[in-house]
Amino acid sequence: MRAGSLIRVLFVALLLAAIATAIAIFVPWLPDNASVEGGRIDFVFWFVTAICIAIFSVVASVSVYSLVKFRAKPDDDSDGPPVHGHTGLEIAWTAIPLLLVLSMIVVSSVALAKNDRDPSDSMRVEVLGQQFAWLVAYPPAGAAEDADGFICFNRDTGAQVDRRCKGSTTLFLPLDRHVRLHLTSRDVIHSFWVPEFRQKQDAVPGLETEITVTPTRTGNFPFICTELCGAGHSLMRSRAIVMPQSQFDAWLRRGVRR
Amino acid sequence: MTATVDEHAAPEEHVVTPPPTGWRHYLLGPGWIRAIWMTALFFGLGLGLVVGLRALAGWDPIFFWEAIITVAALVAAPLGFLAGLGAFDYWVAWALGQPTKPEDHSGHGARNWTDYFRINTDHKVIGIQYVTTTIFFFLAGGMLAMLVRAELARPEANFVDAQTYNELFSVHASLMIFLFVIPAFAGLANFVLPLMIGAPDMAFPKLNALSYWLLPIAGIMMLSSFFFPGFGAGWTNYAPLSVDQPYGNVFFSMAVQWAGASSIMTALNFLVTIITMRAPGMTFWRMPLLVWANFTTSLLVVIATPFIAGSQFFVMFDRVLHTNFFEVGEGGYPLGYQHIFWFYSHPAVYIMILPGFGIASEVISTMSRKPIFGYRLMALSLVAILILGFSVWAHHMFVAGMATWLRIPMMITTLLIAVPTGIKVFSWLATTWEGKINFSTPMLWALGFVSQFVIGGLSGIMLGAVPIDIHVSDTYFIVAHIHYVLLGGSLFLIFAGIYYWFPKMTGRMFNEKLGKTHFWLTFLAFNATFFPMHIIGVQGMPRRVYTYDPQFGNWNLFISISSFVLGVSFLIFVYNMVVSWARGERAPANPWRGKTLEWQVSSPPPLFNFDEIPQVVGSPYEYGVPGARHAVFNGDREAAREEEEVRA
Repeated sequence: MRAGSLIRVLFVALLLAAIATAIAIFVPWLPDNASVEGGRIDFVFWFVTAICIAIFSVVASVSVYSLVKFRAKPDDDSDGPPVHGHTGLEIAWTAIPLLLVLSMIVVSSVALAKNDRDPSDSMRVEVLGQQFAWLVAYPPAGAAEDADGFICFNRDTGAQVDRRCKGSTTLFLPLDRHVRLHLTSRDVIHSFWVPEFRQKQDAVPGLETEITVTPTRTGNFPFICTELCGAGHSLMRSRAIVMPQSQFDAWLRRGVRR
Repeated sequence: MTATVDEHAAPEEHVVTPPPTGWRHYLLGPGWIRAIWMTALFFGLGLGLVVGLRALAGWDPIFFWEAIITVAALVAAPLGFLAGLGAFDYWVAWALGQPTKPEDHSGHGARNWTDYFRINTDHKVIGIQYVTTTIFFFLAGGMLAMLVRAELARPEANFVDAQTYNELFSVHASLMIFLFVIPAFAGLANFVLPLMIGAPDMAFPKLNALSYWLLPIAGIMMLSSFFFPGFGAGWTNYAPLSVDQPYGNVFFSMAVQWAGASSIMTALNFLVTIITMRAPGMTFWRMPLLVWANFTTSLLVVIATPFIAGSQFFVMFDRVLHTNFFEVGEGGYPLGYQHIFWFYSHPAVYIMILPGFGIASEVISTMSRKPIFGYRLMALSLVAILILGFSVWAHHMFVAGMATWLRIPMMITTLLIAVPTGIKVFSWLATTWEGKINFSTPMLWALGFVSQFVIGGLSGIMLGAVPIDIHVSDTYFIVAHIHYVLLGGSLFLIFAGIYYWFPKMTGRMFNEKLGKTHFWLTFLAFNATFFPMHIIGVQGMPRRVYTYDPQFGNWNLFISISSFVLGVSFLIFVYNMVVSWARGERAPANPWRGKTLEWQVSSPPPLFNFDEIPQVVGSPYEYGVPGARHAVFNGDREAAREEEEVRA
């Protein structure tokens, strides 16, 4: 490749990178984050997006340049130069993507390991999916788990076991507190998702799945099912409400059997 | 190999046995009349079997329609149809010890259009049967997509109810995957692959005919699931939801068996054909990349397809026989379904793209007038994808609740697959570099594929990173990704292949202007339809919903309108194909000046492909090399020997 064409390709690449970056910045992609875990996921999202923009710009600029520049003239029946390959180039476009994906693997693994932790001071909340509503239950302090690892719900039947649990169809959470959600389902597979928290986890019948959420701002967010669960799947929508700890405590005390 | 060709060496005049006349011939000879009464007969036998057994066992009710439909309509009747059409005639006669009908080639080749509607053993006829049938199901699946988009144009519920909506997108996906993308590639390869390796036909022509006729059965079964509502669990058909669905779900479980059997038979046929029927001199390293691509794809099909068959049998047994593979209350394990299902269905996405990679390599090299860049690495990257493809299935299950540690190795293999895929994209671009690019219709589709596949590949990398996947799993981001790789990828390549080989298949040229209009309209409408889905997905719109949060209303309206334009664009294609096939200009043998073997014979090719056996002497992509040839024909044996010596 001659220097002249290299400069032109580079120019096109920078132009395309600028356009792609503008799309990344000015389109409202991710909803405003509302959890510590979400912050880590956002970091990975933008880290990978930046690499993708770089790859896209290189590939697109080379193709745009090539297609404009090397168009055959209508009466030109000749062949191009018989280039069969270039070992150096082939090694480069094997090695560089390899390094890029390795960096993504490392960044993703670190974020995942941090997000998966269950801090010792976490508050336990149990979530039950059923056709077509969410049930949330807050176990009383010091209550013991049953053989299946649940306090409020029976894992297999979905029936409420411990009457002292506070139940709700809305997910209420205290601000700045690690919350460990224990999920299960009483019929088919559902999936827990609050887009503002980023965290998602399937609720599977017969299994206990767990996920940590640490809300960082108060608000009222959509809390939806994302796994097709039958005819009412579209309507399996609820809200997640984050409130300051004192307000949450007051809510938790109301109407609970002691 | 040589012997086979000589034995078959096209008889100059076809020995036409005068057809026996009278009602016995029409009623008992293979054909549609026998197919109709044998379908009814086998349905009756199935019904009798179920009713008889239930009566003997004293079960109530005796007329239990779920069991009757499963056995009589979904298993026995299709077998009767195939038998009536004559798919089993040779084997049945052989198994019964009766004299088998000697091969008189009467079932080979098409003399008029009716020959496309019967058991035909000519790979070229079968290839065309495949392509036209799959396009029919593509249009049917596309209509369903239009209905889905019509419902989604506004946030509230509009004109279909929830269960019908679930059935619409389930059948849409099933038709597109099992009745369009997979068999359309198989059909194109069926036509060109034997030609490309210098073979007179596929290794097992009767098996080839049978594998085609399984397809319409599977397609009709999927479409008729609407009349027995219940297939509304998505094409993934996750248990336990699928087990709890109404009865129509069995139609999907069984249709997948028929389509899967068809895939496996074709794949075995390709493997044996490629291994044993290459022309003299056609070493593996001289095979066109399309042949390499179908070789690796066939290995994927043969190894993986039994797993989806298993997963659907389990679901069906849970329903029909009351086994407990997935019912939790009885000790079943729902995640087991997903592991088995994705062990096929992830390799299936490579089954749906690798043959296309082969088409892209052929088209881009020919139209750029340059050898394919890095031929060996291109072939080896196919093999790398084949091997890695079996180790990534659980990346569909990052939020499914499987062991959390399993996500890390699956992420590593998933992201590693980007490397061989990247090699292919870079090599295609390097092939165009400094070429003499001819922007004909097939080339537009191939280049359109590269550009869209890059976008789909990059969103795939994002999905491969577990933390991102956790956020966007089961949202419209996934819908966007899958359509960028399957519509922008596979569909564009199917069009590239159809336009590229249309002159060879039909002997006529298509209308270039309409072909280009089709491309640009599809290309623009496709991006307008699917790019915004990335945005609403990340913002929080889940997939597989018929009503959604009003904040996504404007984007969805825009998407729906674009999708209707996308739907209309395919009518141009249908018009172009039909009119060009009937009245197009006669095609020369080699309109694109290609080097591979199929271009060295007439358009359409002779009945047994090659009047003389080609002797392969070099690479299929020697553009720009003075005097280089891929193959020489019999007359030129001397020259071939000299050329081989010079190379040695």
